[in-house]
Amino acid sequence: MWGILRRSAVDGGGFSASSLRRTRFSLVSARSYAAGSKEMTVRDALNSAIDEEMSADPKVFVMGEEVGQYQGAYKITKGLLEKYGPERVYDTPITEAGFTGIGVGAAYAGLKPVVEFMTFNFSMQAIDHIINSAAKSNYMSAGQINVPIAFRGPNGAAAGVGAQHSQCYAAWYASVPGLKVLAPYSAEDARGLLKAAIRDPDPVVFLENELLYGESFPISEEALDSSFCLPIGKAKIEREGKDVTITTFSKMVGFALKAAEKLAEEGIGAEVINLRSIRPLDRATINASVRKTSRLVTVEEGFPQHGVCAEICASVVEESFSYLDAPVARIAGADVPMPYAANLERLALPQVEDIVRAAKRACYRSK
Amino acid sequence: MALSRLSLRSTTFLKPSSLRRHVTTDTTPITIETAAPFTSHQCDPPSRSVETSSAEILSFFRDMARMRRMEIAADSLYKSKLIRGFCHLYDGQEALAVGMEAAITKKDAIITSYRDHCTFLGRGGELVDAFSELMGRMRGCSNGKGGSMHFYKKDACFYGGHGIVGAQIPLGCGLAFAQKYSKEENVSFVLYGDGAANQGQLFEALNIAALWDLPAILVCENNHYGMGTATWRSAKSPAYFKRGDYVPGLKVDGMDVLAVKQACKFAKEHALKNGPIILEMDTYRYHGHSMSDPGSTYRTRDEVSGVRQVRDPIERARKLLLSHDIATEKELKDMEKEVRKEVDDAVAQAKESPVPEASELFTNMYVKDCGVESFGADRKELKVTLA
Repeated sequence: MWGILRRSAVDGGGFSASSLRRTRFSLVSARSYAAGSKEMTVRDALNSAIDEEMSADPKVFVMGEEVGQYQGAYKITKGLLEKYGPERVYDTPITEAGFTGIGVGAAYAGLKPVVEFMTFNFSMQAIDHIINSAAKSNYMSAGQINVPIAFRGPNGAAAGVGAQHSQCYAAWYASVPGLKVLAPYSAEDARGLLKAAIRDPDPVVFLENELLYGESFPISEEALDSSFCLPIGKAKIEREGKDVTITTFSKMVGFALKAAEKLAEEGIGAEVINLRSIRPLDRATINASVRKTSRLVTVEEGFPQHGVCAEICASVVEESFSYLDAPVARIAGADVPMPYAANLERLALPQVEDIVRAAKRACYRSK
Repeated sequence: MALSRLSLRSTTFLKPSSLRRHVTTDTTPITIETAAPFTSHQCDPPSRSVETSSAEILSFFRDMARMRRMEIAADSLYKSKLIRGFCHLYDGQEALAVGMEAAITKKDAIITSYRDHCTFLGRGGELVDAFSELMGRMRGCSNGKGGSMHFYKKDACFYGGHGIVGAQIPLGCGLAFAQKYSKEENVSFVLYGDGAANQGQLFEALNIAALWDLPAILVCENNHYGMGTATWRSAKSPAYFKRGDYVPGLKVDGMDVLAVKQACKFAKEHALKNGPIILEMDTYRYHGHSMSDPGSTYRTRDEVSGVRQVRDPIERARKLLLSHDIATEKELKDMEKEVRKEVDDAVAQAKESPVPEASELFTNMYVKDCGVESFGADRKELKVTLA
């Protein structure tokens, strides 16, 4: 599918009009677009990232349930088995502890596994290997055993999948020193961060979102280049503003941007920060923004207690206390297991109006 | 490895003494029968006749004696509070570490549990690095950051040293996966105890290893007690070599260093052709589970001393050397004295070595730090940017 995408010499930012690129773009955009606007779904972004990294490095291989013949439970690994064969793409039995341990062991020996969890809820069965076997090994061995593995898969709530299939694991994994934890939002995030994760010599937990897979985003020529990579540990300011800082990640970035538009109608300029990296957390960007706006609203989908938002609030209060003009605020998932009924599920997750309300509260402007 | 150590030590034997003969370095092949036959599951057992040499058996004796002395020294260091936390000793099980090394190369991988001191030594680890690590010194094999349970020697394909019971099993199958993926003709020995043998992840990993034909050799070090729980209280079926079901297995007298060598040689050949195999090594630990366990509340002192009298691996090697006239009693006693001195010197050296610098708290977190920050207990006081 993305077979034509291959490493090409980078020629200064990718605005050349070479026929190679034109050909590539016509394959990349399966739908037809007006010349000059390229879009890509998150699914295709992830697929192309894995494809390119597998092509570039023979040590990279993919492992997980249904990643091969089934083309991926969510089709993220579509076409990879056909292209690379069964010695690079491995369908595993439903045994997370077993195959995750095998992946980590392979990484000990220098291979670069990309281990898929069908959802991160199932990663709990393998969490000992992620934390005790992968995250801590470089430290415990004083640098002898590094673990160049990437664990990826959908994280957080989907739609109507109930309590056991909806948890967000960002806070759990991001609390562990030795791990890197990434959460893409757009197609560009997905490509750049996944490529960075696969190339990284340390264990990376890569938290995708099922509901974002089908969403299309504009994508630059630079981001389509096979050498494209985003730095780990750097947040992105998606929208600049001077009145209130809204930090978030993954699907909630889209909600925060919608909230920012609503706030703009009322004259409140929200600065939306897409964290991209939960560990390392880009405290510098967050604090610089709060020092500019004096107000903070942090947003996440996961459980509120001991969450990512809690860490950001603590960081801002510690680093930028005297700049704050209002208490820091958290908008998070409800403190309940995820219910099934659609109306209850909606209540259990942050909505745009929650973010708007919190931002206005921070600005001392209630409805 | 063993032979070069002999030649390093040969200076002591060259002391003028017209009555002393040189301790043998004879490598002429000789064949010795193992004391007991192998029992097999789903395969034909290897022959009881083991190819070895005088020099090799002597090296077995020396290596096992060194391991024994190291563990005994660790015992007293722990009691003097120079070793802290957990300390799981291997004395009694030395034949396993030594016999295995004789059958394989340093390109074959080994991974084991927390009872890893002697495995580290067998892989070529230095005594002083082991003692330094146990005492939390910078000279330690993990710079003092791992401790007793986290010894590694990557250049000899020794991947630790794992504290979570059973975790090393899928990890070891992963090592085998990598060997097969890279088309190396090497195998991975995955060591675990009778306690870990009931772990679900063992069966998960074994299933995948068998499905994908991985060159993994699962070695159950059956010392009959998982901490304080005897095998009959923890396993419905204590025939660990059979529990692979579709995976062949071999039951081995793990206190007979020659039997261990033979079994490992057989297993390596098997794994390279046919995928995983299980070796159950019938062995025994003289110490309790760890230094906090006296080891006498769940087994009788008679049982322990009985094994020591009848099955001790070093004594068996000694008897073999004497009965085959490979060495005299005195030569063996002298060798043990040398080994004791080696160990004492290493302990002394380790005691002198410095603790890690405070800055080591934050090293080796990542290979690629990318400007990550890390914090001490008081982040206003201690904050570090990992370079």
